[in-house]
Amino acid sequence: MNTQEVDFTYRLWRHDGAPGELIPLLQSAQEHFGYIPRRAITYISGVTNTPESTIYGVITFYSQFRLQPMGKHRIRLCCGTACHVAGAQTLLDALRDELGVEENGTTEDGVFTLFTVACLGCCSLAPAMMINDETYGSLTPAAARKIIRTIRREENKKAEKEKSVA
Amino acid sequence: MELTIDGRMVKAEPGTTILQAARSAGIDIPTLCQDDRLEPFAACRLCLVEVEGARGPVASCAAEAAEGMVVRTETDEIVEQRRVLLDLMLSDHKADCLTCDRAGDCRLQDLAYRYGVETSSYAGEKREYPLRDDTPFIVFDPSKCILCGRCVGICDEVQQCHVLNFAERGFPAFISTSYGRSMVETTCEMCGNCVSACPTGALQDKRSRHTVRAWDVEKVDTVCPYCGCGCNLTLHVADGKVVRVTSKVGEGPGGGNLCVKGRYGFEFIAHPDRLTRPLVRVDGTLTPASWDEALELITSKLFEIRHEHGPDAIVGFASARCTNEEDYVFQKFMRAVIGTNNVDHCARLCHASTVTGLAQSFGSAAMTNSFADLEMADAFLIIGSNTSESHPIGALHVKKALRNGAKLIVADPREIDMARRADIHLRLRPGTNVALLNGLAHVIIEEGMADDEFIAARTEGFEEMREAVRPYAPALVEEITGVPADKIVAAARILGTVERAAILYSMGITQHSHGTEHVLAISNLAMLTGNVGRPGTGVNPLRGQNNVQGACDMGALPNVFPGYQPVTDPALRARWEEAWGVELPAEVGLTVTETFDAIHEGSVKALIVMGENVMLSDPDQTHVEEALRKLDFLVVQDIFLTETADFADVVLPAACFAEKDGTFTNTERRVQLLRKAVEAPGEAREDWWTWCELAHRLGHAEKWHCTPTQAEIMDEIARLTPSYGGISHRRLDKEGGLAWPVPDEEHPGTPILHTERFARGKGRFFGVEYKAAAEEPDEDYPLTLTTGRMLEHYHTGTMTRRVEGINELVPTGFVEISPADAERLGVVDGRPVTVETRRGRIETPAWVTDRVGEGVVFIPFHFWEGPANRLTNPARDPQAKIPEFKVCACKVSPVVGS
Repeated sequence: MNTQEVDFTYRLWRHDGAPGELIPLLQSAQEHFGYIPRRAITYISGVTNTPESTIYGVITFYSQFRLQPMGKHRIRLCCGTACHVAGAQTLLDALRDELGVEENGTTEDGVFTLFTVACLGCCSLAPAMMINDETYGSLTPAAARKIIRTIRREENKKAEKEKSVA
Repeated sequence: MELTIDGRMVKAEPGTTILQAARSAGIDIPTLCQDDRLEPFAACRLCLVEVEGARGPVASCAAEAAEGMVVRTETDEIVEQRRVLLDLMLSDHKADCLTCDRAGDCRLQDLAYRYGVETSSYAGEKREYPLRDDTPFIVFDPSKCILCGRCVGICDEVQQCHVLNFAERGFPAFISTSYGRSMVETTCEMCGNCVSACPTGALQDKRSRHTVRAWDVEKVDTVCPYCGCGCNLTLHVADGKVVRVTSKVGEGPGGGNLCVKGRYGFEFIAHPDRLTRPLVRVDGTLTPASWDEALELITSKLFEIRHEHGPDAIVGFASARCTNEEDYVFQKFMRAVIGTNNVDHCARLCHASTVTGLAQSFGSAAMTNSFADLEMADAFLIIGSNTSESHPIGALHVKKALRNGAKLIVADPREIDMARRADIHLRLRPGTNVALLNGLAHVIIEEGMADDEFIAARTEGFEEMREAVRPYAPALVEEITGVPADKIVAAARILGTVERAAILYSMGITQHSHGTEHVLAISNLAMLTGNVGRPGTGVNPLRGQNNVQGACDMGALPNVFPGYQPVTDPALRARWEEAWGVELPAEVGLTVTETFDAIHEGSVKALIVMGENVMLSDPDQTHVEEALRKLDFLVVQDIFLTETADFADVVLPAACFAEKDGTFTNTERRVQLLRKAVEAPGEAREDWWTWCELAHRLGHAEKWHCTPTQAEIMDEIARLTPSYGGISHRRLDKEGGLAWPVPDEEHPGTPILHTERFARGKGRFFGVEYKAAAEEPDEDYPLTLTTGRMLEHYHTGTMTRRVEGINELVPTGFVEISPADAERLGVVDGRPVTVETRRGRIETPAWVTDRVGEGVVFIPFHFWEGPANRLTNPARDPQAKIPEFKVCACKVSPVVGS
């Protein structure tokens, strides 16, 4: 495996792998890769002298850790009280249908991952969602679909451009 | 300390838990997550009890008992709580008790019955995970799992393989390997100790699933037939077949833990290949014959050969696999009936140098301490022992000590499992043990860490040793062994400073052309640091086979009668002559290794082999094969038609361990009782019977009491062998194993040797010099070949290779080669290579791995299709006559066209 890459992540933390640093190490790995790949577990297991099964247990215990790569665009649909009342469920249905994935799922092309969150903190915009750092408010199912399609079109264009360059 | 439990006064030692105190008084507190092998986990909450003055119910498995405590274990409130807990557990448990294999042997079922919880009152969602059936021996059904964590605990604390853990959180939590991989793809050793810990049907033995109900098996306690650990087995017998193996928690060397061979390697017992009738060679082919015909032929042949060539033309190989009683009868047959001391067995190939070495330095050639007291050590030196593979249960005791903070130094050319657990791994070149051991002694002396008091009071010859190790400064030792000098110093400092250090060694020390000297260097080091005769210390040679210690004790050696009484001592010989009523030969007989030379020279004409497979186990296979062909007469008694039996004139079918009574003596000198569980197949007979019968036929009917039982043979042994004086089947049956010396019926056994004085009086230091191996790598054969064992298979594979699941785990042999050598030689991982020495060549797949260092290759010797011993060097230690299995020069090349 390419330890260089993980090394980089590991160096972000200037610790020496003493016990009790497992979670920061996992967080840094996730930050670096967008998820925790298997080779990172193997690597961290070696550095911290923690069995892989224990690390796997810790990763699956906390919902902050992901074992699957995340899509390029992270959709966070708000299901907090205000958005719920304003019809977040219909938005969720629309997004699931549009993307063809369930909650926490990533589209086959790796462009989107769909999350639901408890509250984004912008209740005045309900129903709302965030895609990456952009917030979209007062949504309808149709508006949500349109936003997704726009991003997807841009991504397709980029991909074609890359292809033609290559 | 006294406390009151359920109104009764109960005495308890300080440090015991309430649960332990209650159990010792016969008060049953229910538990699910508690296991005597584990630290308290206190998760299931079933052991909650009421303690007066406590704020709430107390988990009795974790809470220490205290003076004056008043405990109530079954109050209405506690019972109600237990009911609710069981109700909750059952709400998410697949209660298919009608078809579950654990029904009748399930703790959850027992407790539901005890507390009258018929079904769960909490209807609702259940976790639904599919059954995992992806290993040869273990099936996991998560829907029956109550998350007690015992499997995780066993794997973490005891086996320390860390395969299992809790995954997820809250309701969906389940037990999983990393990434939910199959256990066989992890660090799992398939010991099945997790299965033994599981209180429900979640983890099950795959081989016995859906074959028998728990109440339909008969359980027979006996002893494991594999390595020298001597674990206690409980054979579960149904319809005359062994269907499952367990071990009682708290009993025997394993305390309820077993390894993959002990727990799952039993299928050979009922294997269709078992020999069921005697075979006699007619016109070149082995043909079934009656016992009478076979024995008559042996009688006339032996009579004829003895008449023509004298008794010394006949050699008998006893067996480290057979019982003490059988080895005793066999050597008696050779000595008293044939009239020769030509009796030996495969101890010659494993620990002959221990016998010669420790006899000189300590006066007694056996493990000085027991496995259990190894747990008290502060540091270990493991040298030349792949402990966790060759003695898996012995290794558990070391691992437990490590968990409690003990230091581990491993000296081994390979990065074996124990080396990975070590604080210091001294990766020496094969065959350079003496240099390393002298180097450690040098540093200990130079830095003033020697135990002067012990040396002055208990030993002699220190000056000789001090002079001998003087030149072995770390820098020189680094040059010879390849171990960095600073590591040698660091290791010496650990050994020199801890209160209790135990040395464990095995074939990496003994199987050398200077094996005796290697052993002497080890006893030097132990005495130098005062680490003999106390708990947690000692010189601990780990014996390879179930009864290799016993076979030596029984005098299946060419130079001694039972109990190591030299045949050359006229007074002792006279004693045996009186006991057996015959005149006995005074000359020392031939060893196993000398026998093959003698056959080639023509002085040996007949060979009797009881339960050994010399074709695969002895060095230089071609030499052995030619010798076997050259013999006038070869008798082999075995449970299978082995590679050796293929050459026999008469093959006798033998009963295996599960089919007879008797005793095995394990590596701790613990004599343990076997109990017959099943009938031998066909006409197979217990080995001892054959030799009694032949004694009669050879005219010894009057002098030879043809003993009807092994118990009576043991009585004869006890009468004549001082160290076994107090041993009898009756006593072993009642008291369990006893470690010799047991001089009389009252004696409790001797778990630790040399406590007050050494067996020879004072311990003797010997100055030993490093000498190179008999064959070093050179231009033509540039690599060093070393051989050994692996966890899953056993010796020549006669038994384990007939166990389907074990073959699934490890189907073939291999040669371990370092990535650097592989690249240089164009060797590809997994592809066949040729390994060649001056004695022969074999083909076997390559395993490119950094377990071996550059310049060294390793081959396990279990595999007939790639027999390591076609390659090994028969060069012998002059005293012990042990061959140099551990070092020879070889070359490796990829097989063309592969």
